[in-house]
Amino acid sequence: MSSRILEVSNLTMRFGGLLAVNGVGLTIQNGQIVSMIGPNGAGKTTVFNCLTGFYKPTAGKIVFAGEEIQGLQGHKIARKGMIRTFQHVRLFKSMTVLENLLVAQHQHLNNSLLAGLFKTRAYRQAEQAALDHAMYWLKKVDLLNEANREAGTLAYGPQRRLEIARCMVTRPSLLMLDEPAAGLNPSETDHLKILINELRDEHDISVLLIEHDMKLVMDISDHIVVINQGTPLASGTPEEVRNNPAVIKAYLGEE
Amino acid sequence: MRLHIKPALFSAAITLALSAILLGVRLTQVGTELKIIGADIDVIWKILAATALIFFYNLFREHIERTLGFLPHVNIPSRLRSIGTRKSIQRLFWCFIIAATLIFPLLGSRSQIDLATLVLIYIMLSLGLNIVVGLAGLLDLGYVGFYAVGAYTYALLSMYFGIGFWTGLVAAGIMAAFFGFILGFPVLRLRGDYLAIVTLGFGEIIRILLNNLTELTGGPRGIGGIPKPTFFNLEFSRRASENAQTFHQFFGIDFSSMHRVIFLYLLALILVLITIFVINRLIRMPIGRAWEAIREDEIASRALGLNPTHIKLNAFTIGATFAGFAGSFFAARQGFISPESFTFIESAIILAIVVLGGMGSQVGVILAAIAMTVLPEMAREFNEYRMLLFGLMMVLMMIWRPQGLLPMKRPHVELQQ
Repeated sequence: MSSRILEVSNLTMRFGGLLAVNGVGLTIQNGQIVSMIGPNGAGKTTVFNCLTGFYKPTAGKIVFAGEEIQGLQGHKIARKGMIRTFQHVRLFKSMTVLENLLVAQHQHLNNSLLAGLFKTRAYRQAEQAALDHAMYWLKKVDLLNEANREAGTLAYGPQRRLEIARCMVTRPSLLMLDEPAAGLNPSETDHLKILINELRDEHDISVLLIEHDMKLVMDISDHIVVINQGTPLASGTPEEVRNNPAVIKAYLGEE
Repeated sequence: MRLHIKPALFSAAITLALSAILLGVRLTQVGTELKIIGADIDVIWKILAATALIFFYNLFREHIERTLGFLPHVNIPSRLRSIGTRKSIQRLFWCFIIAATLIFPLLGSRSQIDLATLVLIYIMLSLGLNIVVGLAGLLDLGYVGFYAVGAYTYALLSMYFGIGFWTGLVAAGIMAAFFGFILGFPVLRLRGDYLAIVTLGFGEIIRILLNNLTELTGGPRGIGGIPKPTFFNLEFSRRASENAQTFHQFFGIDFSSMHRVIFLYLLALILVLITIFVINRLIRMPIGRAWEAIREDEIASRALGLNPTHIKLNAFTIGATFAGFAGSFFAARQGFISPESFTFIESAIILAIVVLGGMGSQVGVILAAIAMTVLPEMAREFNEYRMLLFGLMMVLMMIWRPQGLLPMKRPHVELQQ
């Protein structure tokens, strides 16, 4: 198998007469951090939605870990190890922080009704393992002291961290973050940067990032894809993209 | 630990003053005059005892409440456990309640026990619907359809194949679950209002089907002579049918029609207890958490790999199963069923119980089921105004306490630290 975790070619999404995404291509190598940038309304989130099965792409091919996944339902794609966050935090607000992490492990748990009704040994072991796994990630994102709080009562920064932890407990191989730094203060953004690097280095995952914070994007990315009005504009290393006249034009307007 | 001497003295004084006036003296007519007469000596002792009780309760209030678990308990160990604050006391409380319900038939009159049995049927139905509406957040207006399926499954099986109650009970549960599954499959991709309309239609279809399949179900004439439940093949009748023995013969006691009433009550009680037990486990299991997650945010759940259709279908099927059990018990208890017992108003009442009780809350739903069944019985004099009062109550409830009598407090899995 190739070392490419994700390979997208000619991805197109049409809403009636509107061509929201037009022929976007994207390749992520194992262990890479790739960013997708572009002006507001460029279609970045639509690309996310197509990749994760929330939209059915009109055309194009998406190969994830050697398997074509275009058109599959969202939860099936998620179970293959492609997990995303949302532009706006979507936690289970009335559940506790810990429970948010337990729900996310649903697919790994013993879901047999009878096993649960009679609390078999295997069932209890699976629950304990899920708790331990959740604890591990709570410690990692520094939320251990908030474990029993309702997720909705957390401050914004911790909510963002919890969302990432919730993705990580599902044991993904590709983490897709939709504007993870939006609304964070500079020090929180720094921590986020450290966290993302740590995830890549220690947990062997690849990251696809949508982000408007250019400093974060330039610091962290191995590769950047620029999209403008649904069409791919440029791609390359941060250095190449930074100096690309077309990108400058799209961001700053004509001179 | 502080002792609350002042408030304790104060409340004791109030208790003493009030009870002395209310219980300690009374007016008696002596000849043409009224005279104030002091109470008997044992009443005075009781008043004093009550005063002392109030005094000491308030004196050690903090201590008592802490023991009972009202105040947050400061605890240091950092091991994990599923929380159930002060398990032993809770358990004691529930044992007490169960004991009380077990003793009840010995004290109650025949009509009271009958009413209690009806209450238990409604509790079972409401708890089942509570899974669908309260826990999984799916508005189901045709729940009575599954109740009908359960009742007719047992009635038809016994009529055509002579199947007994216990087999019929299981068959009814399976059949209702099957119907829940079949219906759930296409409709659960619908949301909110649309789901409500489709389920409403389903309930009506079942009823109309039962009404019109005259050759099979007897149509509006219904099915009669449904056999009563037996106690290990012992019948509760004066004379045994062939190949059977009656309860009173076997135990060598005199026949009493009360035996059957009490037996039905206890049977319903056991079914309800099993229901409570199962649902209690379910909400602590991964599936229970998944229901809550789906109810809160379906899109986020999907992004985490939860299959919403599958999880909702689970709730729908399990909820229907309990309706099936309740239905077969209902058929066995009445001995006669007709489509008239399964009209939309039944669905509406069960739903009202769930909403009034507090969606998702088991204790709340049980209390609401008791209130909604007992109150109309007690308000028989108002007969034609009953539905009016019922509606008024619903409106007032929704204005002042939209979250229900006892809003749900789901047992959280907690990290002790």
